Amino acid sequence: MNESDHQTAIKNPQSAIKVGLFVTCIVDQMWSSIGVSTVEVLRRAGCEIEFDERQTCCGQPAFNTGYRNEALSVARRFIELFEESAVDFIVSPSGSCTAMVHHYEGLFSDDDSWRQRAKALAARTFELSSFLVRVLGREDVGARFRGRVTWHDACHGLRDLGVREEPRALIRNVRETELVELENADSCCGFGGTFSVKYPEISAAILDQKIETIETSGVDAVISGDASCLMQIGGRLSRIGSKVRVMHLAELLASQ
Amino acid sequence: MNHLTAETFDSNARAALNDSQLRGALRHATSLFGKRRLAAARSLNNWEDLRSEARRIKDETLLHLDKYLTEFTANAENAGARIHWARDAAEANNLVKKIARQNAARLVVKSKSMTTEEIHLNAALEAEGIEALETDLGEYIVQLAGETPSHIIAPAIHKTRHQIAKLFTEKLAIPPTDDIATLTITARRVLRQKFAAAEIGVSGVNFGVAETGTILILENEGNIRLTTSLPRTHIAVMGIEKVIPRFADLEMFLKLLPRSGTGQHLTSYQSLITGTKRSPDQEGPEELHIILLDNGRSRMLAHPTTRQSLACIRCGACLNACPVYQQIGGHAYGSVYPGPIGAVITPQLIGLSKAAKLPYASSLCGACREVCPVKIDIPELLLHLRAEITRNAEGGENKPDIAPRRAEQLAFKIWAAIMTRPRWYEFSASLARLLQRLVVRGNRIGKVGGFIGAMAPPLAAWTGARDLRPVEKKSFRQQWRESGRSPTVREGA
Repeated sequence: MNESDHQTAIKNPQSAIKVGLFVTCIVDQMWSSIGVSTVEVLRRAGCEIEFDERQTCCGQPAFNTGYRNEALSVARRFIELFEESAVDFIVSPSGSCTAMVHHYEGLFSDDDSWRQRAKALAARTFELSSFLVRVLGREDVGARFRGRVTWHDACHGLRDLGVREEPRALIRNVRETELVELENADSCCGFGGTFSVKYPEISAAILDQKIETIETSGVDAVISGDASCLMQIGGRLSRIGSKVRVMHLAELLASQ
Repeated sequence: MNHLTAETFDSNARAALNDSQLRGALRHATSLFGKRRLAAARSLNNWEDLRSEARRIKDETLLHLDKYLTEFTANAENAGARIHWARDAAEANNLVKKIARQNAARLVVKSKSMTTEEIHLNAALEAEGIEALETDLGEYIVQLAGETPSHIIAPAIHKTRHQIAKLFTEKLAIPPTDDIATLTITARRVLRQKFAAAEIGVSGVNFGVAETGTILILENEGNIRLTTSLPRTHIAVMGIEKVIPRFADLEMFLKLLPRSGTGQHLTSYQSLITGTKRSPDQEGPEELHIILLDNGRSRMLAHPTTRQSLACIRCGACLNACPVYQQIGGHAYGSVYPGPIGAVITPQLIGLSKAAKLPYASSLCGACREVCPVKIDIPELLLHLRAEITRNAEGGENKPDIAPRRAEQLAFKIWAAIMTRPRWYEFSASLARLLQRLVVRGNRIGKVGGFIGAMAPPLAAWTGARDLRPVEKKSFRQQWRESGRSPTVREGA
């Protein structure tokens, strides 16, 4: 779907924008409140939500570890499944999983027909904050949250999808929330998928630089767009008994 | 720290993480380089255009590398240089040794060159009884310490001022001091005598211009100027990918390389060398030998994805930007080229099986790609190499860590079977819910060791420093289903 199709979908007054939720496997099984909040925020923004219960994972763990065949079988299924649904857009509360869908095209380098399908699907697949801001043109979703928060730029959202200003604009419009910028907001948290368990000591050393600035900043919560980074940051904060909590952007935006 | 290999990357990295002096030095230096690079890049309003244009020129060159190398060779020879081709490190070293013998050389002065590190030239010369002395201050420090460079452009980045002072006191017999001026003057005094005595100077090459046969070498200390002009014979070792088509292309690369490397607008010295001196009264060496080194590069050229590895101009920006390098430094990689670009180049130079751990030494955060002056997609290359490694493992070629790979292979086969079948997916989540009762305490999973840790290594690895969220009692899809498509947030769900 190109830019003008987006506009047609938005301007068409007869029907609400239909969004297929790709909730991601981590959110589905380990952090359902992110999924629930995503539904709430999107509904508040006037979208109609479809959720296909046959969905599982985007295939990223296998792709990132070098298991292309396994990643391909999951990717093919993902494409088939979301092609079937009659939605305008696919939205996910994850920059990383959305970026994976955008990588599908490269994965099918030897297969032109699948590559075209992957490309078409990626064009209408969005990470939550960029969908709200770029597609719907909404920077204020009527949220209210009392506290000082900071934004952690999850790497794939930031560097693969170019998501930088969208979440910040959304957070600035949350009533009673103060956004504090950390010096290393855009540096990696050390998660990196299987990297976090292949090289746990390096992963934790990278993480500790993040934790250090978070702890000295006096924020109440760290907000990010990816559950995986939040598991990494939150897991360490929990281990050291920190008072700082982690929250997904969707959860912040659903707060009222 | 000197004889580490890429095969022991895990333990190398752990040792580095326990070295607080190393980590302090790295943190200081990488963040300083990073800030300087950013400021220098911002001093130009067309930085992004320059990057794209530089990459375009590199791609064009690599696509017609044979043509540009032929042109370079002809023009350099016309100007009086002698061109030699070396298929691998041994051939390159033999060429240098042969030239040294012809010159009856006892002493070779060297300027900083990663390419000569790559072929281990110093060791080859020393085996012949020829002294090879490094004249770049950082390289000199590293050589005195009996170490190898830990950074592409800052060889002694891993050392603190105090450590260097101690080294100089021990090795150069000077009174204890950590005054930087005294230390550099001491090094200068030693090096000047060697420059005067050396029969041969060996350098690397930053760019070789096909159009004119000129080589360009960048530096800040003046030691390259001396290395390439004082001795009677100059040998330049040049990777075949260093050729660029036109003299005018240098303008762009001279804007990109110093800014990306040290954050300078330009290095203090730029030595442009075209052939040898033309008449006896001119200055400069009588002989210039340029050794064109392949050593695995033509293999990288063959595949469109790996080809971009050869666009690298060795600025070191990706090292400074890499969260992994920032924590463990260069030696832990156990390879000549460390950091993100090292993790890409090393397996292609020395073979995947000897460096299979390096492509995994990255969180794929993409910071390297963001700073690369020639826009090399390093994460893409790392992923490409990871795929090669798993493919090789299936063929049984990848021997060093075959056992964990077999387990991982099986795990991903099962994973793919689960992720393509929603019922299996829900069933395995239920199974996890059941099994995790063994380790969940107060709605989180703390450190898991002992028998359970041994049975589930990833769980033990994760929980070493971090708590883990358990699988929830009710998944999102269950809540969606049970609420009639209207789930609501409940605390502690």
